[in-house]
Amino acid sequence: MRVLSGIWSGIAVVVFLLIVIGGSITLTAMTSTSVSLSSALADPYLIGVIRFTIGQAVLSTVISVSLALIVTRALARRSKFPGRGLLISLMGLPVVMPVIVAIFGITAVFGKSGLLNQLLSLFGVEQSFTVYGLTGILLAHTFFNLPLTIRLLLPAWESIPRENWRLASMLGMSSRQLFRLLEWPSISDRLPGICLIVFLLCFTSFAVVLTLGGGPSATTIEVAIYQALRYDFELSQAALLALLQLSLCTVAALGLLKWFRVFAATSGRKVDARDRPDIHSTTGKAIDVFCIGICAIFLLLPIAMIFYSGIRGPIYKVISDPILWLASARSLIIAILATVISMLLAMGLIKSVRFLREKTKQQKGAELALTIGSMTVAIPPMVIGTGFFLIALRTHTLTHATLIMIALVNAVMVLPYLLRSISPPYIQAGEQYYKLCRHLGLSGLQRFRLIDWPIIRKPTAFAVGLGGALSFGDMGVAALFDTDGQVTLPVMLYHQLGAYQFNEASVTAVFLLLLCVSFFWAINQIIGR
Amino acid sequence: MKTLKLLTALIYGVCLSTAGSAYAETPTLTVYTYSSFTSEWGPGPLIKKAYETRCQCNLKFVGLEDGAALLSRLKLEGNRTSADVVLGLDTSLIAEAQATELLAPHDLNTDDINLAVTWSDPYSLPYDFGYFGFVYDSEKIQTPPKTLKDLMLNPDSPPVIIQDPRTSTPGLGLILWARKVFGDDDINAWEKFASKIVTVTKGWSEAYGLFLKGEAPMVLSYTTSPAYHRHIENSERYRVAMFDDGHYQQVEVVARLASSKNPTLAQDFLSFMLSDDVQKILPTTNWMLPAVKTGQPLPEAFKENEIPKVVLGFTPEEVSANRKNWIKRWLGAVAK
Repeated sequence: MRVLSGIWSGIAVVVFLLIVIGGSITLTAMTSTSVSLSSALADPYLIGVIRFTIGQAVLSTVISVSLALIVTRALARRSKFPGRGLLISLMGLPVVMPVIVAIFGITAVFGKSGLLNQLLSLFGVEQSFTVYGLTGILLAHTFFNLPLTIRLLLPAWESIPRENWRLASMLGMSSRQLFRLLEWPSISDRLPGICLIVFLLCFTSFAVVLTLGGGPSATTIEVAIYQALRYDFELSQAALLALLQLSLCTVAALGLLKWFRVFAATSGRKVDARDRPDIHSTTGKAIDVFCIGICAIFLLLPIAMIFYSGIRGPIYKVISDPILWLASARSLIIAILATVISMLLAMGLIKSVRFLREKTKQQKGAELALTIGSMTVAIPPMVIGTGFFLIALRTHTLTHATLIMIALVNAVMVLPYLLRSISPPYIQAGEQYYKLCRHLGLSGLQRFRLIDWPIIRKPTAFAVGLGGALSFGDMGVAALFDTDGQVTLPVMLYHQLGAYQFNEASVTAVFLLLLCVSFFWAINQIIGR
Repeated sequence: MKTLKLLTALIYGVCLSTAGSAYAETPTLTVYTYSSFTSEWGPGPLIKKAYETRCQCNLKFVGLEDGAALLSRLKLEGNRTSADVVLGLDTSLIAEAQATELLAPHDLNTDDINLAVTWSDPYSLPYDFGYFGFVYDSEKIQTPPKTLKDLMLNPDSPPVIIQDPRTSTPGLGLILWARKVFGDDDINAWEKFASKIVTVTKGWSEAYGLFLKGEAPMVLSYTTSPAYHRHIENSERYRVAMFDDGHYQQVEVVARLASSKNPTLAQDFLSFMLSDDVQKILPTTNWMLPAVKTGQPLPEAFKENEIPKVVLGFTPEEVSANRKNWIKRWLGAVAK
């Protein structure tokens, strides 16, 4: 009974998620005639699609995460250099930009007439770099996920206590030993969760894969789902494919789950990298500067190109349009609603996960709950959207609940980001201070306020800011519901692009990005300090 | 006490005013359409203004992603739909829309409709049309291909960006176009053409955006695209390659729903779509050609030589029966 009282919130969230995921797939499936899994799997085209989807997702994940490990270590070793804070803030941008904007930014640098090819032609090499194909897909996925991974990994380095570094200094450890004995134990328990998110994001990638993949041989399951749902109107086929996608992702998640390790109970005051013994050598410095520099160029050039085409556009015309401001307000409302809902879901789940670890030592059960929370990325927003739409249609709430529905779908979609950044410090805080809390008789809200909050404050600010910015950028959910004249900012951007207003759209894109950054910054000001 | 009185008065007032407005309720006509039609740059806002003064009613546009989204929404809602009118289905979707049995006959005179073929469909009414075409950058291409055969078979033809037929209307249009020109031989043409394709995008916006950014000198679009650049940007740089072996025609239609509670109003709106008031604004807002001959000539930006001499098209039934199979064949030829 005592166990139940500790995990009811988590059970509620898990049940809610299972209903959302299962319900939307079931409702979608029930609306048309059934198709069988065996006949779908006998289709050689679909087999090819599945193989391609998995292959590109694995490659993208390996590349993004390994590069992120290298760059994050360099960033952790150089904890003070001018522009470090700004660089890390700008890294929040790629993941929140509407996909089409990112595609334009990436092609402006790596495309046929992009900067890279212009540079090469200066040296007499004509048209030697082609982005379209697997290269383009990997490049774009790295562009989205490298900065996300860095931001999720950096706190792991910061959680290594100062005392350990001092001890390592006294023992005269080499850089390699430091990595093996201090850094790897701290990052390795977060790595599977991060890999899972990146894998799921690449697995379900759609417009990037089609456009930069160079042709229909680059097709993910998500494309097939869109086709079935939209153009063929074979809802059960769509539901079946969604289920297939979910199963494949679950297998991947369970595979990664085996790796999950007990969190090392370490935490400490803010580390000064000067405590590290391995940062003074010139080679080390050179390597770090090189890694950070390359990464910065790779990420910032496309962003700079987006801003460059934005400031050359008809700025006044765009920002004097009242609809732009109305759309921004609507997007802001959705972002706030989605963030609040998502935060409630995340805290409900994390609270129970920690309880499971503390009271029952159910490590696997705890990780399973977190994994279910992360799986929502594997459901196509189109399918969740269709499911919600059918629910609203049957309950006659369609016209009143559009805003709530868009917010709810967004909340479910950003939940994994919140879980993956808040749960490690929250669980760590629990393990470290569990005895102390019992000793002092601290529990419930008091424990949260005095012990947990100061520790999870910063990661929470990051996660909430990211979740809010993502919902602000909307991930294409709003376009699924009728717009009724009231548009969100990303939808307005798509309207401009659909009406030849490419110059106006580039201004709107910059405006959208600036608002995302401001949102991110504001949340950090309010919560993070 | 005073506040209580004030509150009562306020509540009373609110009740009265809502009751009053309920009394004088004007009918609302709900029109489902694609979102670029209702966006502030599309014809939607102008049509709403013009129609509301004429009909003493509210015109409510519901903008969905595109024509396919429109049809799938109707199918999802079935008889429960709140739509009175559906506007923006095109020739490749009409047959499937009729098969849902959700549409009601328009019962209007179609003599004024000015298409290559006489319009005989009792359910849908064409309001505008366009042709797919390859738009090119005249600063990069001096002599564009003269025929579709030339473009697809000639190894020296320029690189192009096209759209995916599985996710976009022009993409499907090109499949049908090639099918019309090459017949069963289209697979061979696609295999030859594949090496010329820079990339295949999800929708028109990605393709045209990449084209404008210089990623390819040629893009699949509409024959009216140059008119946009001429009319709005005063630029002659982007032109359309006119093909002697014809251009595939896309006709956009409007229809009313059998479940509509305002059938006469819906019918009135259908005839309004064919009136001069609407037809004259379509070219420069929807960038399509009016389906009815209007009193005045087309705006200057629309050049006579950018209107195809040879018009190609399949019947809606042919498209609906073969679409899936043709896309599959296409995948086999292009996805290597």
